[in-house]
Amino acid sequence: MVTLNVNGRTHALDIDPATPLLYALRDELELNAAKYGCGLGQCGACTVIIDGQAAYSCVLPVSALEGRKIRTVEGLGDVAKPAAIQQAFIDEQAAQCGYCSAGMIMRAQALLEFNRNPSDADIRAQMQTNLCRCGTHMRILAAVKRAAAMMRGEQVKETAL
Amino acid sequence: MTHLSRRALLATGAALVVHFSLDAPARADGPGLPGALADLPQLGGWVRIDASGTITVFTGKAELGQGIRTALTQIAAEQLDVAPSDIHLVTADTARTANEGYTSGSLSMKNSGTAVLHATAEMRALLLQAAASKLGVAVGGLKTEGGFVVAPDGRRLSYGELAQSVPADVKATGQVAVKDPATHRIMGRKLARLDIPAKVTGGAAFVHDMRLPGMLHARLVRPPVYGATLISADIDAVARMPGVAKVVRDGSYLAVIAGRQWQAIQAMRALATSCKWSDGRKLPEQAGIFDLLRGLPAQDTVILDRSAPIPDGAKRLSAQYRRPFKLHGSIGPSCAVGWMQDDQLTVWTHTQGVFPDRAAIADLLKMAPAKVRLIHVEGSGCYGHNGADDAAADAAILARAMPGTPIRVQWMREQEHTWEPYTPAMVTEVSAALDSQGRVVDWQYGVWSNTHSTRPGGGPGAGGGLMPSWHMAQPMTPPPSKPIPQPEGGGDRNGIPLYVFPNARVTSHFIPQEPLRVSAQRGLGAYANVFSIESFMDELAHAAGADPVAFRLAHLQDSRAAAVIQRAAAAFDWAGWKPQPHRGRGFAFARYKNLAAYLAIAVEIAVEPESGAVRLIRAEAAIDSGEAVNIDGIMNQTQGGIVQSCSWTLLEALAYGPSGIESHDWRTYPILRFAAVPESVRVQVVNRPGEPFLGTGEAAAGPTAAALANAVMDATGKRLRELPLSASRVKAAMAS
Repeated sequence: MVTLNVNGRTHALDIDPATPLLYALRDELELNAAKYGCGLGQCGACTVIIDGQAAYSCVLPVSALEGRKIRTVEGLGDVAKPAAIQQAFIDEQAAQCGYCSAGMIMRAQALLEFNRNPSDADIRAQMQTNLCRCGTHMRILAAVKRAAAMMRGEQVKETAL
Repeated sequence: MTHLSRRALLATGAALVVHFSLDAPARADGPGLPGALADLPQLGGWVRIDASGTITVFTGKAELGQGIRTALTQIAAEQLDVAPSDIHLVTADTARTANEGYTSGSLSMKNSGTAVLHATAEMRALLLQAAASKLGVAVGGLKTEGGFVVAPDGRRLSYGELAQSVPADVKATGQVAVKDPATHRIMGRKLARLDIPAKVTGGAAFVHDMRLPGMLHARLVRPPVYGATLISADIDAVARMPGVAKVVRDGSYLAVIAGRQWQAIQAMRALATSCKWSDGRKLPEQAGIFDLLRGLPAQDTVILDRSAPIPDGAKRLSAQYRRPFKLHGSIGPSCAVGWMQDDQLTVWTHTQGVFPDRAAIADLLKMAPAKVRLIHVEGSGCYGHNGADDAAADAAILARAMPGTPIRVQWMREQEHTWEPYTPAMVTEVSAALDSQGRVVDWQYGVWSNTHSTRPGGGPGAGGGLMPSWHMAQPMTPPPSKPIPQPEGGGDRNGIPLYVFPNARVTSHFIPQEPLRVSAQRGLGAYANVFSIESFMDELAHAAGADPVAFRLAHLQDSRAAAVIQRAAAAFDWAGWKPQPHRGRGFAFARYKNLAAYLAIAVEIAVEPESGAVRLIRAEAAIDSGEAVNIDGIMNQTQGGIVQSCSWTLLEALAYGPSGIESHDWRTYPILRFAAVPESVRVQVVNRPGEPFLGTGEAAAGPTAAALANAVMDATGKRLRELPLSASRVKAAMAS
């Protein structure tokens, strides 16, 4: 048995302790957000937040995660009540295929919880680990800036629409 | 149960009452009808309204992340006078939608968009007629709003009530006027993409997210190289591993099926380790690929031949340009779900073409096509023919091996990198002459390329278009490669310049022999041809002492081309540009396929002198896609096309050698990351209300490449004619 704390709830899972977190999230907890992209920690599609830090769920065995606080996009907000970072991605229409979106959101969220006023360079450095193939980078950067402003409680500019 | 799996189950269980064939193109019925209505003229193939008033619109095209779901919804809502949220859109499904072939070539708006536009306009006209006869009033006095037809005296009839008198198989006439664009409230505006909320909140948005009852997970073991055959594998040992339900071997085709993904991956690795393979095909050396291509037998077709006397004393320039093999590089490796229920097979897939892929899968499995259903569910962006079709075949093969059990199969990263069909390496050669006034008086151009489509399709042996079939005990072989003819073209797509030259000859050299597995990637040959033509136009402008923008305008006669060029140049402030050290500017233009969207782009780059690294600083583009439906959708697609092409152009080349494909992950095939993306990419949409839809997705790729090369020349004084414009190549050129 492996015990995982995901989005504030504790789950006892009867799985191989070597199972990477990604597969526990997708197969056992039926969460969709974290995606398989490379299994090598090279693309960031699987990014989640563990104890406040962005992490690649595809390379971390669940055995190493007992007692750690794991967060996924599902824990941020939903369609009816999206979190600032999710709303910012919608406002900036920051997706094409959207396969990388959930990983991008968690990577950005980890920065914004630590630094509410990141510079453009801070944002780029944080997002460097995550790949987008559709070329939506400009909108993703705009969405992270927008979310930062929203989280600071500032009035945000009009949406991309 | 998730939304997707519930929808999937309903779709599988429900008997579909369709009064006409979706699959057999009925051109005889519909000549002259607009867009894809020519292939399926029955309105019920495009729009149906049930008794409750629910409006369902059907398209044979697939959402690939390009936003087609949203744009088609806008069209239908506009023509039917309802809100976008009132439209239920069904996309590519062999049991429900028209056979619209592949979702490719930037043709979805032109074909499906035009069909939906006219079908929904005709449906509205039929509802008005039905209301007029029921109410005993003239059609002219009626209006439509919110799903009702409203009479001048205030009487209202719902669409649901009226639609019962519209026969499902009524055919389009092509005689009904669509809405005057001046009255549009939904088309030509920005509308938030309908699919984004689920994608940013963990909704079930992709085929990867499907979970069917009792579903098992499969992983594959592929040969190490093309042509290797399996000598032995320890199947029994792997079959005893935890969670493994079955090990499938069919000749050299190998897969494991297990209860959990991690169990399937571990079994896959153990199986792969146990395998002994024969030597496969030796691949060519990467370094000599362009000479190899130039030397292979080619079938030559002259695609432009215009002659006029060349004046004496004309100044002649010549150049050769080169483009390497490249990956599609989808972030999510290909995935599909297959389910064999009695004699009926269903495959959920992110293929771009459910009908042609079904034909190939049915041929591979020796099943009747009617017993195979393919349903499109979104995948990771594909940008052309990646592993999607093959993964659908994997799901079909494995579902047949375990009847009654849904099987989800997903490729590993290295499998997507090493087995996807690459975009072909290409060579172009151009020679042109300038007269004393600096006008191009002669243009000779040749392009050497493999085919740009090995997509699976119909006909006997179609299964051979699916890579898994090559490895089976009774192996199939790919159908012979064919060039894609003009005017769309394949390797020679955009091989003909839009510029008007008095004397011009363009030859397409089609090379049937393929050094690596190849197929369609966003833009096909247009990327290399526009890179070549637009680089050479700058070389000619330089030789003529002319400004590159003015030089292009002087050779064009198309006012829409001139309009985007002027818009992009003005947005960039081309005339006001001030040179700075290690900075450069570049310009390029093309009309995609010479018959689709017009796009011009101006870029500013910085070159790091120590490393030779080129960075795109800003891009200003203008695009004319004809009538714009979702303005933000066009902007998003075009920005993406520019940034993706920036990655292709500055960084990307597939690595390979005699022993196999060497690009097997993101370390061995680097693509653009955030630190290197531009500071700004701006797009102006030149809207042409009332004009035909021209499509958007592929317009930016070629012009971006050439604009970057032209900017490198501007910054360094060196002309680079081989892609990518990598740091090492730029540094070497600067040192020479």
